[in-house]
Amino acid sequence: MTSLFSEISPEPAADVPVRRITVTVNGQRRSADVEPRLLLAHLLRQAFRLTGTHTGCDTTNCGACTVLYDGQPVKSCTMLAVQADGHEVTTVEGLAGASELHPVQEGFRDEHGLQCGFCTPGMMLAAKALLDRNPDPTEDEVRWALSGNLCRCTGYQNIVKSVLWAADKMRGPDTGGGGDRHDEEQP
Amino acid sequence: MYPSRFQYEAPTTVEAAIDLLHRGGGEAKVLAGGQSLIPMMKLRFASPELLVDINHIPGLDYHRVDPDGSIHIGALCRHVDLEQSTTLADAQPVLAAVAPLVADPIVRTRGTLVGSLCHADPQGDWASAMVALDGQVVAQGPQGRRSIPVADFVAGPFQNVLAHDEVAVEAVVPAPAGTPAGGYLKLERRIGDFATAGVAVALDLVNGSVSRAGVGLTGVGSSTIAATDAAQALVGAALSPDAINRAADLAAEAAQPRSDHRGSASYKRQVVRTFVVRILTNVLESDERAA
Ligand SMILES: Cc1cc2nc3c(=O)[nH]c(=O)nc-3n(C[C@H](O)[C@H](O)[C@H](O)COP(=O)(O)OP(=O)(O)OC[C@H]3O[C@@H](n4cnc5c(N)ncnc54)[C@H](O)[C@@H]3O)c2cc1C
Ligand code: FES
Ligand code: FES
Repeated sequence: MTSLFSEISPEPAADVPVRRITVTVNGQRRSADVEPRLLLAHLLRQAFRLTGTHTGCDTTNCGACTVLYDGQPVKSCTMLAVQADGHEVTTVEGLAGASELHPVQEGFRDEHGLQCGFCTPGMMLAAKALLDRNPDPTEDEVRWALSGNLCRCTGYQNIVKSVLWAADKMRGPDTGGGGDRHDEEQP
Repeated sequence: MYPSRFQYEAPTTVEAAIDLLHRGGGEAKVLAGGQSLIPMMKLRFASPELLVDINHIPGLDYHRVDPDGSIHIGALCRHVDLEQSTTLADAQPVLAAVAPLVADPIVRTRGTLVGSLCHADPQGDWASAMVALDGQVVAQGPQGRRSIPVADFVAGPFQNVLAHDEVAVEAVVPAPAGTPAGGYLKLERRIGDFATAGVAVALDLVNGSVSRAGVGLTGVGSSTIAATDAAQALVGAALSPDAINRAADLAAEAAQPRSDHRGSASYKRQVVRTFVVRILTNVLESDERAA
C-alpha cells in the first residue's frame, strides 16, 4: 500500500503492523490499510478523498474537523482512524440526499450562515447532531451545541439563525414550522 | 501533526488490558476518550510505544447510584453521559454542576471522567470536585483491585499513582451523610478553555447543619488543591454569613495561584474567594426557601 504519510516516509515502518479497517462512511462501506497513528481526519481526507472535513487548528479547539461517529459529533483530528473500524462516520459529503440539500445546508444558504466556508462542515454536523437529539432547540441551546466550533468570519449570528431555520423546516408545516418562524411577524 | 509510531491493541476485557500494560513494561498507555492523550501524542509530549485502547471493553460505560447512595462511574462513561443524566443531577449536585463546564460539547462526547482524573491536569475540573466529595478511584492490576482516594491519586501535575500495569476501572463517590448540597463554579475566558480558577464545594446537611464538607480548587496550584481548613470551618454548624466568609478566606489562603495570561495571582485568589461565597450563599438561600 502507499503510505498515508508519504511526505515523511515513503514506506510504512516494517515493525508497525498496518491494519485493514472497514468503515461505513456516509452509508458506504469502505476499507483502508492504516498505520495506527493515522488520524481519522487524515483517513477521510487523504485515503477517502472526502476533503469536506477540514483541519483548522489541529489541536482539538476549532471543530472544523467535526464528523459524526455513530451519530455523535467528534473532532476527527483527535481520533485514530483505527478507532473507526466497524463504526459509522458521516461527513459533510453525506448530509445531502441524491438531489436535495439537507435542511441544515439550506439553512446556511438561506440565512447566510457562511462566508469563507472553512468552519461550515463542522458547524453543520454539530448542528445536525443537535437537531437529531432536540428537534426544537432554543437559541441558547443552539449556541451551546455549537460552542465547540469556531468561526473566524460570520460572528455566529447567522450561523445560529441558519440552524433555527433548519429546525423549523425539519419539524414541518404541521407544527407551525416550515421556515417562517423567524420571519417578520405576521399581521 | 501526527503522533510518533506506536503499536495499537484493543483488548475486550480488563484482564487482557492489564496483561498488555504489564508486558508493555511502562512504555504502554491506556487510551480512553483520547481527548487529552491524542493531543499530547500529536505534540509529541507523549510517545507511548503501545496504546491499549479500552473502548472495546464492554460494560465500562455505566454510571449508577447504588442502594446505599454511593455513585459509581465507569471508565468509559463520557462527560456527555454525566451532563445529560437526571439520576446524577438528583443524586449529586456538585458533579452535575461540573459536567457541562468540562471542555466543549464535542470534546465531551468522547472524554471521560476517569480519564480526566488519570490525566491529573492541575486545571482538570473533575479532580477538584472529586476531592471535595472524598471520591475514590478504583484501580485494577495483576494483583486485583484497590481503592485510592482522589486526593492521593493525583500525585502532582500530570501524575497519578497508578502502577504501569493498572487500569482505573471506575470512580466512586461515597454515599452522602445527609442531604448533598454544594456546587461548582469555573471562570473561563471562553467555552472550552481551562479554568482561570475553579471551585468545588460539597456539603452534607443534616437538619440544616453541615455534617461533612469538602472544598476543591482548580487551576490555582501545581495540582488540584484540597482546601481542608476551609472545609473544616464549615462543619458542625448551620451555614451562616460569618461561616461562609471565614471558609472563603481560608480557601483563598489555600490557593497557590501563579500569575499568567489568564490573570494575576491576586486576581485568581479573589476569584476563589468569591466563588466560595457564591456557592455557599446559594446553598443557604435555597435552604431558607425550602424551610
Ligand atoms: C479543547 C479541549 C478543551 C478541554 N477543556 C477542558 C476543561 O475545561 N476542563 C477539563 O477538566 N478538561 C478539559 N480538557 C481535557 C479533557 O477533556 C479531559 O482531560 C479528557 O476528557 C480526559 O479523558 P479521556 O477519556 O479523553 O482521557 P485520555 O485522553 O484517553 O487519557 C488521558 C490520560 O489518562 C490515562 N487514562 C485514561 N483512562 C485511563 C484508565 N481508565 N486507566 C488508566 N489510565 C487512563 C491515559 O493513558 C492518558 O495518560 C479539554 C480538552 C480539549 C481537547
Ligand atoms: S482541526 Fe480538529 S478541532 Fe481544529
Ligand atoms: S465562515 Fe469562515 S470560518 Fe466560518
